[in-house]
Amino acid sequence: MDASPQEFLITVLKRRIADARHIVVGALSPIPGSAALLARHESGGRIRVTIVGSARHTSFTDGGRELFDCAAQGRIDVFFLGGGQIDGAANVNMTGTGPYPTSTVRFPGAFGSAYLYYLVPRVYLFREEHSPRTLVAKVDFVTAPGSSPANVYRQGGAVGLLTNRCYMGFDRARRRFTLESVHPGHTIEDVAQATGFGFDRAEPVMTTPAPTMAELAALRGPLREAIGETYPRFAAAALRAA
Amino acid sequence: MADADMTGTVEGLAGSIPDRSTLVLPVDYAGAPMALVRALVRRGIRGLHLICAPTGGLAADILIGAGCVATIETSAVSLGEYGFAPRFRAAVEAGTLCLRDSTCPAIHAALQAGEKRIPFIPLRGIIGSDLLAARPDWKVIDNPFGQDDPIVLLPAIQPDVAALHAPLADRAGNVWIGRRRELMVMAHAATRTLVTVEAITDADLLAEERTAAGTIPALYVERVAPAAQGAWPLPFRNQYPVDDQNLRAYVAAARTQAGFDRYLAEHVFGRQRAAE
Repeated sequence: MDASPQEFLITVLKRRIADARHIVVGALSPIPGSAALLARHESGGRIRVTIVGSARHTSFTDGGRELFDCAAQGRIDVFFLGGGQIDGAANVNMTGTGPYPTSTVRFPGAFGSAYLYYLVPRVYLFREEHSPRTLVAKVDFVTAPGSSPANVYRQGGAVGLLTNRCYMGFDRARRRFTLESVHPGHTIEDVAQATGFGFDRAEPVMTTPAPTMAELAALRGPLREAIGETYPRFAAAALRAA
Repeated sequence: MADADMTGTVEGLAGSIPDRSTLVLPVDYAGAPMALVRALVRRGIRGLHLICAPTGGLAADILIGAGCVATIETSAVSLGEYGFAPRFRAAVEAGTLCLRDSTCPAIHAALQAGEKRIPFIPLRGIIGSDLLAARPDWKVIDNPFGQDDPIVLLPAIQPDVAALHAPLADRAGNVWIGRRRELMVMAHAATRTLVTVEAITDADLLAEERTAAGTIPALYVERVAPAAQGAWPLPFRNQYPVDDQNLRAYVAAARTQAGFDRYLAEHVFGRQRAAE
């Protein structure tokens, strides 16, 4: 079975989060959302998944603030952040390029990033487009910083970055990414050319494993409807026929 | 004796919101009052200080495109699966909109301070974000109960008007919201709350424990107006799905001001007598 590019990324992300207890997915995140639902499916329902904006995939009953209070209480293990720009120190720009406030290109805005990045222990950065435009030396606007001084209250942050070319781990102490695996069809040299920041290389750099038949069957079968509840256009376009 | 009848009309609600009001709207999926938003555009409201609780979508984009908004305070404006919010983006890039960029928990927390009528509330995170420089009204203090523990203080948000769409109200103005309790916080924080609903019941929503717990009491509600399909073209809870064709048409049209104006002519001014 040939996986679509989105199906490939869903399964890569899923393997990173399969040990979590509670995964939260923010707005505009169909691939992380699908990965979380696949992890939950494979866990037999052990993993709790909360998708912002979904009526079905949420346990919250106390309004919009509950997600953020829940994170502060340490009850959320994994969250995902995207962003128009990500730099080599894992700073995230979700606000805009060029000078603030008028911006050359304005992005939607911070959403919950300037809070959840500090409070959720494991944040996976996810950006499909891997190019010098998106992965930059220094973001134009730090919507959420990749690291904080020692006296700033912070119990979480980035652990890795997934793109359509590779997976990089992030070392918070050294504030640097390390290339861990390259997706089939790409090379370390491709990745280096397409990345606007310097990074370290694991020894060895692996080839990212492709989805298994079982993963694809679950995505295209029982999960299609669950994903479609929150991301109808994505489910129709990205998941191949069962 | 029975409570007074608190029902009105959508146009009546729109007419009661003055220019330059501070108006808080819920996020699109929590009950954006689209019929009321269209009525505000038709009434030509100007100078709004729009607060999105905590993000904006189609409602905010239409109000911005129609020239109704002077200032927007929001964590983001986006049309979700339909992409960037075109009129918001154009207005920001043209410098015609006063921006108060925020982050979701900051808006929730500031509204909670507003409902308590306290002047500010502390919040974790944010320190090290460029949002702090963009928000001179946010302060960093050292936690007075700790040691070397900087923390951000946010001024309370106390809107003039909260406007929202809900599934059900009774004639006395009690509004059932179920688990969408951010709507309750908005109603507590705002001076006035105006509500459109899919349906009005003759029952008393506070009489039954099962509905009372998820109900904004009429105490906080100035008026409710029936508006069937009042969130259209957005989806509304489990009651109706998104009008995909209309959203696609909006996204395509609103790339330019002229296209946006044509959308307004057809779907906002054109609906005045028909459905609203």
